[in-house]
Amino acid sequence: MNIHEYQGKSILKKYGVRIQEGIVADTPDKAVEVARNLSEQTGTKWYVVKSQIHAGGRGKGKVVGGEQRGVALAKSVEDVRTISKNLLGKVLVTHQTGEEGKQVNKVLIAEDVYYPGPTEPKEFYLSILLDRAKNCNVIMASTEGGMDIEDVAENTPEKITKEWIDPSVGLQGFQARKVAFSLGLEGEAFKEMVKFISALYRAYNESDASMFEINPVLKTSDNKILAVDAKVNLDDNALFRHPELAEMRDISEEDPLEVEAGANNLNYVKLDGNVGCMVNGAGLAMATMDIIKLSGGEPANFLDVGGGANAKTVEAGFRIILKDPNVKAILINIFGGIVRCDRVAAGVVEAYKAIGEIPVPIIVRLQGTNAEEGARIINESGLKVYSAIEFKEAAERVEEVLAAMEA
Amino acid sequence: MSVLVNKNSKIIVQGFTGSEGSFHAQQMIEYGTSVVGGVTPGKGGMSHLDRPVFNTVAQAVGDTGADVSIIFVPPAFAADAIMEAADAGIGVIVCITEGIPTKDMMMAKKYISDKNCRLIGPNCPGIITAEECKVGIMPGFIFKKGTVGIVSKSGTLTYEAVDQLTRAGLGQTTAIGIGGDPIIGTTTKEAVELLMNDPETEAIVMIGEIGGSMEAEAAYYVQNSGIKKPVVGFIAGQTAPKGRRMGHAGAIIGGADDTAEAKMRIMRECGIHVAESPAVIGETMLIALGKK
Repeated sequence: MNIHEYQGKSILKKYGVRIQEGIVADTPDKAVEVARNLSEQTGTKWYVVKSQIHAGGRGKGKVVGGEQRGVALAKSVEDVRTISKNLLGKVLVTHQTGEEGKQVNKVLIAEDVYYPGPTEPKEFYLSILLDRAKNCNVIMASTEGGMDIEDVAENTPEKITKEWIDPSVGLQGFQARKVAFSLGLEGEAFKEMVKFISALYRAYNESDASMFEINPVLKTSDNKILAVDAKVNLDDNALFRHPELAEMRDISEEDPLEVEAGANNLNYVKLDGNVGCMVNGAGLAMATMDIIKLSGGEPANFLDVGGGANAKTVEAGFRIILKDPNVKAILINIFGGIVRCDRVAAGVVEAYKAIGEIPVPIIVRLQGTNAEEGARIINESGLKVYSAIEFKEAAERVEEVLAAMEA
Repeated sequence: MSVLVNKNSKIIVQGFTGSEGSFHAQQMIEYGTSVVGGVTPGKGGMSHLDRPVFNTVAQAVGDTGADVSIIFVPPAFAADAIMEAADAGIGVIVCITEGIPTKDMMMAKKYISDKNCRLIGPNCPGIITAEECKVGIMPGFIFKKGTVGIVSKSGTLTYEAVDQLTRAGLGQTTAIGIGGDPIIGTTTKEAVELLMNDPETEAIVMIGEIGGSMEAEAAYYVQNSGIKKPVVGFIAGQTAPKGRRMGHAGAIIGGADDTAEAKMRIMRECGIHVAESPAVIGETMLIALGKK
């Protein structure tokens, strides 16, 4: 599960990780109010107004129909008002959002941490994530703060330090020191960085995160180390033991159809194609998307109905797929093991009748337990449904249906 | 021969008396698997499906001589169940449970690393040696005894591949469902290696999906193993978008090497017969074996 920057920072702060302080607001008036409060708390004279959306590249992103960037410096509370007005309720497009962009519902008013002082401020990159190949977490650090780590890895891999953490003992002091030294730090800043890394790992571990990306980490002009940004991803499978983190979910950031599917225990991902599909099992669902493409179509979705495909889940699946106006045909692909094909077929017929008229052709491929019986039920239902038993036949039916539509 | 399990394997079920455990234990027994008992803490001394229930895996092993365990306990307790089985000396641990927190699996994997055991899964359909022993949730009737070994991350897609093989007249030795989670006990490469070294297995089907680097690692092994057995490969998710998780916790494209395209290219370069479509896995094996 992804969460917003301000939420990620609240987790960090709870574990003693120093952050760029800020307060979130959802109207320009509120933004002005929290900016004043922030000045009282931190003494900041300037502010950074930051759009809260689940995507990176906000600083370079622009709102649709305007010139406002997603992150901007405000030198007065009136600037805070103007910038917040330009952002709230608007759609922000960044290189990570795609053309459709994301609506900004909240802005974070943050303190200015790039103030002048005895030394030059310097930015770093720090992240903690799972290394699947090594079955443990890895800390990645780089002196190239503020840059995309993918670009650094490609162009100057020698500037990235990695430290793997043994899950049975956790992060050790020497590892935190190694990382801090690799960033070229010394004196007070070095000590602060060691503390920062240790607290960051604790926050990551105890919140069951799957990724923390702090980019940039800032060494301020007075040698404090703090998180200016926080991209946090939490392990969905562990949310059951963190109810306070589960509450951070923002469904306005998710596709409404995906939210509806989740409520029906369906695993659905919306895609851009023209052929919808409904399948039992994630691997077979991906393979079904692939065969749609090989048959000349494009998959409109991923949809795994899981092990309990019945009339109710099939109906919910139909309703969700049909809400996508791009869908011109639907392929149902069920390999019956524990789930029996005749039951699924009866479910399809029942769901079809419950919905009334389904305006697009449906191809039903049932294989495995009681497949022939399932095909018979489909064929005798009188519904406009094409049935298939072998995977290959299903692909051919899709091809025929698409060809007929073009003709 | 075959690998991991056979007609002599003695199986216990962890989470025996729960609904999933009961249902699948019954199915396994009907397939002819030697299920010798089960474990449900607090229900030791009872009898379930005409077999004894034990409080701990250690007691079950002591009383029955079980050497294989299948785990159906809920996600919050599954990593603990894996470690208990390893501690009790179980040699093959099959974990079906889906949704185990990554942190728990990381610790369990580390814990069992110096124990004398092999973990299959979690989040997997299990393993089956055709017409001998089923330690999993797959529909037994689609399997036919033969000489093709199967390794797969997915459940229903494995059934699809097996069904195509059976229809093509090709029976199977052992099918190993390794699971779709980011951290799993046995990798694609390790499972392929087991089948490569099995004298009964003459050819291998290897089914992967987007995410991670296990298929590439297995492909390089196939190329360098020096054992000449035809291998057919398929990767699901050619049409999956980057950065979106496709059902399985581990099925997500992170970088360029995670894509189906990249994995299929590496497999081809390593001499694996790649099925372009999931509908031609059986056919591709016939061609690889020179039967078509």
